[in-house]
Amino acid sequence: MTTTLDLATTELREVNTTLQAAAKGKANEDFELTNPRGAHAVAVGLDGPISVTINGSTGYYCAGMNKEATITVKGSTGPGVAENMMSGVVTIEGDASQYAGATGHGGLLNIKGNASSRCGISMKGIDIVVHGNIGHMCAFMAQKGNLVVLGDAGDALGDSLYEARLFVRGSVKSLGADCVEKELRPEHIEILKDLLEKAGADAKPEEFKRYGSSRKLYNFNIDHAGEY
Amino acid sequence: MEKTPHTPPRDSYTFSNAANAEIRRAAATGIYDIRGGGTKRHLPHFDDLLFLGASMSRYPLEGYREKCDTSVTLGTRFAKKPIELKIPVTIAGMSFGALSGPAKEALGRGATMAGTSTTTGDGGMTEEERGHSEKLVYQYLPSRYGMNPDDLRRADAIEIVVGQGAKPGGGGMLLGQKITERVAGMRDLPVGIDQRSACRHPDWTGPDDLEIKILELREITNWEKPIYIKVGGARPYYDTALAVKAGADVVVLDGMQGGTAATQDVFIEHVGQPILACIRPAVQALQDLGMHRKVQLVVSGGIRNGADMAKALALGADAVSIGTAALIAIGEQDPKWGAEYAALGTTADAYDDWHEGKDPAGITTQDPELMKRVNPVEAARMLRNYLNVMTLECQTIARACGHNHVHNLEPEDLCALTMEAAAMAQIPLAGTNWYPGKPGF
Repeated sequence: MTTTLDLATTELREVNTTLQAAAKGKANEDFELTNPRGAHAVAVGLDGPISVTINGSTGYYCAGMNKEATITVKGSTGPGVAENMMSGVVTIEGDASQYAGATGHGGLLNIKGNASSRCGISMKGIDIVVHGNIGHMCAFMAQKGNLVVLGDAGDALGDSLYEARLFVRGSVKSLGADCVEKELRPEHIEILKDLLEKAGADAKPEEFKRYGSSRKLYNFNIDHAGEY
Repeated sequence: MEKTPHTPPRDSYTFSNAANAEIRRAAATGIYDIRGGGTKRHLPHFDDLLFLGASMSRYPLEGYREKCDTSVTLGTRFAKKPIELKIPVTIAGMSFGALSGPAKEALGRGATMAGTSTTTGDGGMTEEERGHSEKLVYQYLPSRYGMNPDDLRRADAIEIVVGQGAKPGGGGMLLGQKITERVAGMRDLPVGIDQRSACRHPDWTGPDDLEIKILELREITNWEKPIYIKVGGARPYYDTALAVKAGADVVVLDGMQGGTAATQDVFIEHVGQPILACIRPAVQALQDLGMHRKVQLVVSGGIRNGADMAKALALGADAVSIGTAALIAIGEQDPKWGAEYAALGTTADAYDDWHEGKDPAGITTQDPELMKRVNPVEAARMLRNYLNVMTLECQTIARACGHNHVHNLEPEDLCALTMEAAAMAQIPLAGTNWYPGKPGF
């Protein structure tokens, strides 16, 4: 049974309280949210295996700090979708604005459209799959996890990158400081295969290039000062 | 035969020994000087203000018998569960990583014994800290190291760090020597790398965005937690006004005397304003918005004793916060380690190489042997004692000014000793009814 909550007639606080309580109850309930109309902070802080489908586009921080929940947005999302996500699956049927998946620690963020700038900024273990293109400064200071892009990447990809893995099928306008192209080894093919399958993406792992940190900025060296 | 008189050696004020030494050090190493702590330069400070005390026109309270309340409640604007403190002095945010585990535990224990809160730092919340802190403020920093919704909900308040007094506009820095396996694990970073965290938050860019970010944090935490916004002493009037606009329950304002675990010396010494110059503009902003005492103001940066606390409160703050002083109270820079400080090329009181992780006192280190020197229970007792003394000192002054609550201290209780202090604090110069910039003069 699916419970429907209408954001046109129900306060955000009540919607989130209902979802959070259901998630906490670990009851595997299904919810449908209607009329989000760009509302901010929808379906945030869900801490359990519930399923939420949002029919429409949302504002900032949709699915923020998600844990375990499966959230699908049948529309586009504003800035910071699934920010600091811990686990679970968040799917965006449309496009995502800037900072998608920022600082995420785990789970899968699946963006069927394009993602704007700073997608995956400071990511800490999350997996992000973008079926379209991504904007500039994506994966800035990305620490852990995987960013998979089926389309093209904008300027300064992976600037000041740590140990996150970046996979891009299309072109990369430019790489950021300390980000370099790396060999696509068999273990990376396996990672890609798994993520593409989970995301329902129509692409072959071998079509991607891998980018990662050259690790030259990990400890200060005066000879690299110009890179900063 | 008499020697011909000649001019004795004359040191340059501009090219002083210290300035020349820094030029030579920079030339030899090719890197700016990094250190911990706050500014060491002489600045107009609370020492430049005096209390007038009671006289014919003011009626004092009996020092040992009449009540002078010190309680303060932080977060009364929106939060369902404001923080109630017995004393108006809190322990400022300092990270596990910058500080050792025993030091963080001591701060939590000591603050709890004194009836106040302590604060996490860049790097997340440790079990020791949560377990020993009755009231724990969880910092929400640009790095988001260790950030998770469980700790957010376990916190008693959330402090969104926009800046700090030692480096307004700067990010975090923790050099590789202190990135041990545990610290690295909490931060999702490789062991031993230099950790330079961002100076801006990754998912909001201004007060309009921050208002929405605060909405998200409140929605995740059921609107229970007071939301603090911490800013460095840069543009206190506008920073405070914008923090209020963004929805803060509490504004934390940190002057340039506030310490840091590590940053460039040039940043510490040349960016920001002294706390004395920051308080009145911040209070003015709150008053202009009708929010003074509704959004609480916590000030920090160079608070050392009950007199400093009393003066900050008299200028309009609701509470003060201490970092460096709390570390000294639990044993940092203790002269008993003088020989070891000397071996590091410094002295106990001058020691500021906190980033190197070699602190003989076992506080600003991750060295397992050095940190054994901190007994968290004993150190907590010392912090409790120190906080109690600060409070008693503040009460002594408040009673002498005729106030039965330290929050009743007011600017009219003060005079300034210098023109600079008079101008910055908008307090009349001693013996006059004038301060620079006062309307009507």
